[in-house]
Amino acid sequence: MTKTIAKTVLSLNLNGVVRDDVIPDNLLLVDYLREKASLTGTKIGCDGGECGACTVLIDGRPRHACLTLAATCQDSEIETIDGLSRDSRLTALQRGFNEKLGAQCGFCTPGMIMASEALLRRIPNPSETDIRDALAANICRCTGYVKIIEAVQFAAQALTEGEPAA
Amino acid sequence: MELLSELKLHHPISVEDAVSLHAAAPTGRYLAGGSDLLVNVRRGIEQPGSLVYLDNIAELQSITDAPDQITIGAGVTLRELANSALVHEHFAAVAQAAGEVAGPSHREYGTLGGNLCLDTRCVFYNQSEWWRAANNYCLKSRGDICHVAPGGKKCFAAFSGDVAPALLLFDAEVELAGPSGRRRMALAELYRNDGMDHLTLETGELLVAVHVAKPSVPVTSAYAKSRVRGSIDFPLAGVALRMAMRDGRIAELRVGLTGVSPLPFLAGKLDKFIGRAPDQACLEDLRDAIRSQAKAMKTTVTPPHYRRRVAGALTLKLAQSLAQDLVEASS
Repeated sequence: MTKTIAKTVLSLNLNGVVRDDVIPDNLLLVDYLREKASLTGTKIGCDGGECGACTVLIDGRPRHACLTLAATCQDSEIETIDGLSRDSRLTALQRGFNEKLGAQCGFCTPGMIMASEALLRRIPNPSETDIRDALAANICRCTGYVKIIEAVQFAAQALTEGEPAA
Repeated sequence: MELLSELKLHHPISVEDAVSLHAAAPTGRYLAGGSDLLVNVRRGIEQPGSLVYLDNIAELQSITDAPDQITIGAGVTLRELANSALVHEHFAAVAQAAGEVAGPSHREYGTLGGNLCLDTRCVFYNQSEWWRAANNYCLKSRGDICHVAPGGKKCFAAFSGDVAPALLLFDAEVELAGPSGRRRMALAELYRNDGMDHLTLETGELLVAVHVAKPSVPVTSAYAKSRVRGSIDFPLAGVALRMAMRDGRIAELRVGLTGVSPLPFLAGKLDKFIGRAPDQACLEDLRDAIRSQAKAMKTTVTPPHYRRRVAGALTLKLAQSLAQDLVEASS
């Protein structure tokens, strides 16, 4: 007899596209994104909420995709690094990380950018303390964070000067 | 791809439904934010056959203000608790403690109930499956030796929630729902001094809300913690302090501690400080009194003697700051 695995029909909005998937209840959101939806921008850096590399936005708020069961995201709006740019044009944050050298090996960058994205939507003109506070749950082993803070400041400046967010 | 151990996820919309679903599958667990539980599931420490997801239960999600008390739903996120003007006004230490839990992303979905029911932590326990297997596991999980105190049969894993010691300052009560109905008890009674089984919850019981009576006169309180990384970690020691002064002397003093034993607790024997002026000598005596009660064990990579000293040092710093505020407010 075949063993039955508990499953959920998951319906959500992923980077602006409505999807329906049948998924096992024990599937983590990060694995749903990477394996089911083939969006590999979101990274897995640790085994439990310590590094922030898997940060995505769920209904506009930053959350660890590696500590979220996909089946708890029913009817949610999920945004990942893969969906930020539009028409091949980088967002202000992506340009900031590029031009200010906020990314070195790049592994933490998707999480850094999504956490920064949540910050800039909440506080369009953040102080350095605001930036440090908002990125406190994201670890980078390369940059020493100074360049990351400059990248976010670059993006905030570009956005306040009228550049569209995406 | 990493699939967790096989489980069934339930989505109840009422507390009663949640309790019934749990009762039907007693090996299951309640799931709120998941930032503590799902890490343990990923590491094979826990393998619940079912999870009862609490986020869709409206009753758990609000902070309610009444003339004499506030009620905080167990599903209120730590971010909401930290940002609540109401909580700040009456219970500053509670809001500060909530704002000190983990990092900002964790506080977006970590809940009050989760922080109060946090599993105890130990450097020999919060590890991957292969790490624990290589060390023959430990007393708390699948093994028969405590690596912290190898001769004994007691588990010293430390309670590491930040909010509990702050709520203890205010004699908070917890409301529980279980298969036999609802009950209320003092938050202090939720805990016992046993790292393996530190919660007095009965099987299937769910923490629904915390009730805190508003002090009749405004109370000054604060929370501070020491941690390895200032941005994210659990407390090596956490101290919540409540103080009132009358005529330049200490009229009321309470100190709650976390991170230094299997349960959060209010420090005892502080009566001798009532009536003393909070001068340097007095507050250094207080520091020493707290240091002697913070009996940290070797449950973190930071040595126990440091955590005992830092519990005292945090107490001194908080007491100096609150005493100064109170003196300035009265002058």
